[in-house]
Amino acid sequence: MAFLELINVSKSFGVLPVLKDANLSLDQGEFVAIVGFSGAGKTTLLNLIAGLLHPDSGTVKLNDLEITAPGPDRGVVFQNYSLLPWLTVFENIFLAVDQVNPNWSRQKKRHHVEHFIAMVNLTPARDKRPGELSGGMRQRVSVARALAIEPQILLLDEPLSALDALTRATLQDELSRIHQATRKTVVLITNDPDEGIYLADRIIPLTAGPAATLGPCFQVEIPRPRDRKAINHDSHFKNLRRDLIDFMLCSKQQRHTTLTRKLILPDIEPEDLSRSRPGFAGRSFARRRSEIKEETIEVE
Amino acid sequence: MSANTNDFPLKKFDWLLLPIIGFAGALLLWHILSLTIAKDLPSPAKTWADSRDYVMKPFEKRGEMDQGILRFTWYSLILVAKGYALALLVGTPMGFMLGLSKTFTKAFDPLIQILRPVSPLAWLPLGLVLFLSAGKNASELGALFTIAICAMWPTVLNTAVGVRAVPQDYLNVAKVLKLSRSKTLFKVLIPATLPYMFTGFRLSLGIAWLVIVAAEMLTGRPGVGGFLWQEYNALNYSHIILCILTIGIVGFALDRLMSVVERRFKTA
Repeated sequence: MAFLELINVSKSFGVLPVLKDANLSLDQGEFVAIVGFSGAGKTTLLNLIAGLLHPDSGTVKLNDLEITAPGPDRGVVFQNYSLLPWLTVFENIFLAVDQVNPNWSRQKKRHHVEHFIAMVNLTPARDKRPGELSGGMRQRVSVARALAIEPQILLLDEPLSALDALTRATLQDELSRIHQATRKTVVLITNDPDEGIYLADRIIPLTAGPAATLGPCFQVEIPRPRDRKAINHDSHFKNLRRDLIDFMLCSKQQRHTTLTRKLILPDIEPEDLSRSRPGFAGRSFARRRSEIKEETIEVE
Repeated sequence: MSANTNDFPLKKFDWLLLPIIGFAGALLLWHILSLTIAKDLPSPAKTWADSRDYVMKPFEKRGEMDQGILRFTWYSLILVAKGYALALLVGTPMGFMLGLSKTFTKAFDPLIQILRPVSPLAWLPLGLVLFLSAGKNASELGALFTIAICAMWPTVLNTAVGVRAVPQDYLNVAKVLKLSRSKTLFKVLIPATLPYMFTGFRLSLGIAWLVIVAAEMLTGRPGVGGFLWQEYNALNYSHIILCILTIGIVGFALDRLMSVVERRFKTA
């Protein structure tokens, strides 16, 4: 039985369909990356799993229980850190720990918080506020906060997209290490195929929106621990990367939309005399091309 | 030779020199006015001579309406503090409700927009009527009511704006952690709104101090405003100017004080 399951999930905002019939099934301990274009609905998908949004149709199940509301069994790392700026690193994490384990002794809570601050290598910054930290450090705090509540599943919403390339690589290594150490089920949302391949056991592309859906899964068969340098020369990595990018680009190309636009043409064409003149009832059809007010064309 | 180089040696002192020039200009204008157009206006020198007693012995009490200027100021400040506290106690929760509930906003926003521009002079008689039964305390309660209801609006509106401006991210954190309603309020909403609230508090204090004068004038309570009105009726025009200056200086000091407090609560 799958640990996390999405069955025919659809979601639209107003008239705009964002997700259509998305299906996903995850086993416990798996690290799955969902790769998609920006604006394709990745965050929407994650918010559905987090319970911050409700699907219009279909169900999201964790441990065979339908997800109806957010809860601490799912740790979320948001794209823009979402740390409370008036609390220090320690207090931000303590707030979460205190909320989830109200019965623990104060000593135990403090130890727990310290442990997770150490796990993301932030012990020297424990009494600083988010405003005094760099982007990478803030994101680590956010990861530590999500892990400290010991969730069943960790949801990462483009956690590294706002960081510079070097910091991103460091944090990818840390995520990989933490995953190895904790064996948590992780859903990573990202727009970087390389990041997905480096970190995940499985990669599932999200097709281009609107009405995006999850594509076929790509299994990553590179043994762990993965070496960032060696992986670039790995033929499996190269093939996987090529296939994934091909699939995503194709999904974008296949997507044809129709749109209606105003036609403004000079009136240079003669009247269509083959058509009979209408009576007093008025014209019911266009006699000149310029009288056609709109046309429907296909664009890519 | 450019003007800049001429100014240079004085540049260090312009924070002091320029205001002195400003004050001196105003004094000069006042002096000229008192000599020419407005013969009844006491000149600066006469104003000082008449006010000397009140300024040099600021805490002396010679009679109910004949006291040192700081003693009067103290009475006014106490009344303002009470009315202001009342305004904050009522205004802050009201602001939170407006910010949190669309229904509440729809129901009460039009009412607030109508009551907000009403002058303190209009509220005061109503306040006195409201507390007619209180007898001796009617004037104090009426004044408190007026100060509170006039000073409340900036706090109400700023708090509401602040609550609406709380980033969705913070609320998502609260939701994911399943914080209870009261915990969300105290751990997330209030800290996130605090900078807005303090801007409101500061504006409210300014208004409360404006209202005190009107309230004291009409009720005849001892205080800067009451003294001002009494001295006008007693034809001691110098003291009117003394009161105006006192009110201005105290208002300025209060505003500075609040902006220091406000800055302390600005979170990154």
